Amino acid sequence: MIRGNEVLAIIHSNAYDEVIPELTNMRTMGSVPFGGRYRLIDFTLSNLVNAGISKVGVITKSNYQSLMDHLGTGKPWDLSRKRSGMYLLPPFGFAETGTFDNRIESLKGNMHFISRSKEEYVLIADCNVVTNFSIDELMKFHEKSNADISVVCKRGKTPALSNLMTYEIGEDSRVNSIAVGVPSDDADYSLNIFFMKKALLERLINEAYAMHKTSIGMDVFQANVKNLRICAMRTDDFVVSIDSLATYYSANMMLLDSANRNSLFNKNRPVYTKVRDDMPALYAIDSSVTNSLVSDGCEIKGEVDRSVLGRSVKVEKGAVVKNCVIMQDCFIGAGAHIENVIFDKDVVIKPGKTLVGADDFPIYVGKRIVI
Amino acid sequence: MSQKAECIAMLLAGGQGSRLGILTKNIAKPAVPYGGKYRIIDFPLSNCVNSGIYTVGVLTQYQPLELNDYIGNGAAWDLDRASGGVHILSPYQQIKGSEWYKGTANAIYQNINFIDRYDPEYVCILSGDHIYKMDYSKMLAFHKEKNADCTIAMLEVPWEEASRFGLMLVDDDGSITAFEEKPAVPSSNKASMGVYIFSWKKLREYLIADEADPNSSNDFGKNLIPAMHEAGERLFAYHFDGYWKDVGTIDSLWEANLDLLRPSVDLDLSDNEWRIYSKSPASPPHFVSSTAKVENSMMAEGCCIDGEIDYSVLFADVVVEEGAKVHSSIIMPGTVIKKGAVVQYAIVAENAVIESDAVVGEEPENVANRDDWGVAVVGAGVTVGTGAKVAPKAMAGEDVPAAK
Repeated sequence: MIRGNEVLAIIHSNAYDEVIPELTNMRTMGSVPFGGRYRLIDFTLSNLVNAGISKVGVITKSNYQSLMDHLGTGKPWDLSRKRSGMYLLPPFGFAETGTFDNRIESLKGNMHFISRSKEEYVLIADCNVVTNFSIDELMKFHEKSNADISVVCKRGKTPALSNLMTYEIGEDSRVNSIAVGVPSDDADYSLNIFFMKKALLERLINEAYAMHKTSIGMDVFQANVKNLRICAMRTDDFVVSIDSLATYYSANMMLLDSANRNSLFNKNRPVYTKVRDDMPALYAIDSSVTNSLVSDGCEIKGEVDRSVLGRSVKVEKGAVVKNCVIMQDCFIGAGAHIENVIFDKDVVIKPGKTLVGADDFPIYVGKRIVI
Repeated sequence: MSQKAECIAMLLAGGQGSRLGILTKNIAKPAVPYGGKYRIIDFPLSNCVNSGIYTVGVLTQYQPLELNDYIGNGAAWDLDRASGGVHILSPYQQIKGSEWYKGTANAIYQNINFIDRYDPEYVCILSGDHIYKMDYSKMLAFHKEKNADCTIAMLEVPWEEASRFGLMLVDDDGSITAFEEKPAVPSSNKASMGVYIFSWKKLREYLIADEADPNSSNDFGKNLIPAMHEAGERLFAYHFDGYWKDVGTIDSLWEANLDLLRPSVDLDLSDNEWRIYSKSPASPPHFVSSTAKVENSMMAEGCCIDGEIDYSVLFADVVVEEGAKVHSSIIMPGTVIKKGAVVQYAIVAENAVIESDAVVGEEPENVANRDDWGVAVVGAGVTVGTGAKVAPKAMAGEDVPAAK
């Protein structure tokens, strides 16, 4: 049986930054706040550590200050260690690495780190996929299906992500063919979680790079679908692959459903995040909160319905917050009315102001804006 | 030899807190949960780091498992340090035999070696029994300014309550002229908070003398400090005005929690300049459903609320089902309150289950004889059966069978 400590994990913290430019203007995909108290990378990291994986390289490209701030030494995930632990892999980290334009280049750029690691297996994942997924099950699947590469997929409408792979899965879970960048309403689309022997990854990436190939989907997976045994594992867990501001918003809203929450916040596989030591949330006399997720540090004197509130959000008396995603430290002034909006961190809406987005198109308000 | 520290703290955390009954059956008093996500010991520990004291000895004796586990390596309070940090000090075997901590002064006496390792000028003696935010560095500055041998933190209590405390008579310059221990007729309302700063050289002498006295009960308040006073040492009172509460009884623990819901109470836990640190559970934000009604309450992460909550403090991961009512109560982590149950004027400890239609506690107005009323308590892990009742003032330490 493969054990977590035989696995090196590589996380792409910047993958698909471009699909939510509003939120990644000042941060990486990995450090986008989500679900009240989390950042997207928390789900990926927690999945890894819950499977006993303790060596994690986090590939970064740009805007990674907020990510470094969030990750610190990796302590909240028990990844601050003498042996293994978390490694930030910024561009220009090694003499031969510069910035990169695709996954082949980014993996090649960090080949130093990958080759030097002693683990036998490697797992690759992104940050835009919100799920609580058992990597233990994936490792079992990999052995049972005798795969060269195991990939994880979800059945459904393909997210609007560039060069996304969809799999045609045959008997024994074997992937018979791979389409790249072909949208479909019902397909087994890739969650960009890949598991294989580290030596295989090294060979595939070195070859592709030497041939000046640029697409991991076409030039590595598709090109090898016949010579390698690629097997796909379907997950039935709650999964959202964030591909736009609209899915970011709806993914937050989906957490108001208890079945989704129970899947994402599985008690046996906790989701860890950086601790802020806020006090518990305070509800005032006459406050009214329904159908909402509320984080520590919030102080609610007004009305909140169908919303997700980050840490230390203040909702003053007479204010109404409806169908909103509010990130940490926002201030909703007395009598203000907001509906269908996303507030980035530290937004202030002054007393009495109104801001209403369409129910299928939320308004986004950037960090530290005062309305 | 460790790196020299100017001031270190010794936190007396060995007490049972017997007046908290079943709440301290398996845990020491400092480990009792408070304020939605804290434990009592978070307050003195956070005060220490916020005051710049980074070496803290925690003296444990009674039921230390949970407390030791909670403190761990001190990382939650930034006390995991290469030099100093938090140290758990339990009684240990010595060449002349082993003995328990006989009293507060004896507990420190038995750890003279620990203190000597840091060669401090001053030692701050704290207890793990109180809820308060205090800057010990200001008290230390006062101690130095007065060139004191011992400084005792003091606050003015209402005269009608003064007889419950150890009191001090204080001169205009702050020097202490006399002590009164819980007098029937108090002549002062200046009460000791159980926070002391000693000059270590002096304290060391008196600890050794106190230990040598077979008649001493080895207690700071009863023996050591009066001995210093008699010998004419420089004893001063440091005036503290702020929120301070001894949470030694069920009623005071209940009150101190609900104090957090009163804006007039001077205990701001959202103060960024004086954070109270604690070990956080990895729970998601709490969820309040469309059938829920939450007012005037404090709630930690991981809760899932379908029922009604009023004037209550809910710790992490509490579940309140639809139609259940919780008011004027403290609900500790992991407790489940099922459909139609009512919990009022109560403290429910961790991981208890209140089955549907059970009633815990009672409104004071509905009790004929006021002396029969009090806060009801349900112990950790206890199940209160369907339709069962837990009377006011009662302590349910074991499962309560369902009503027939």
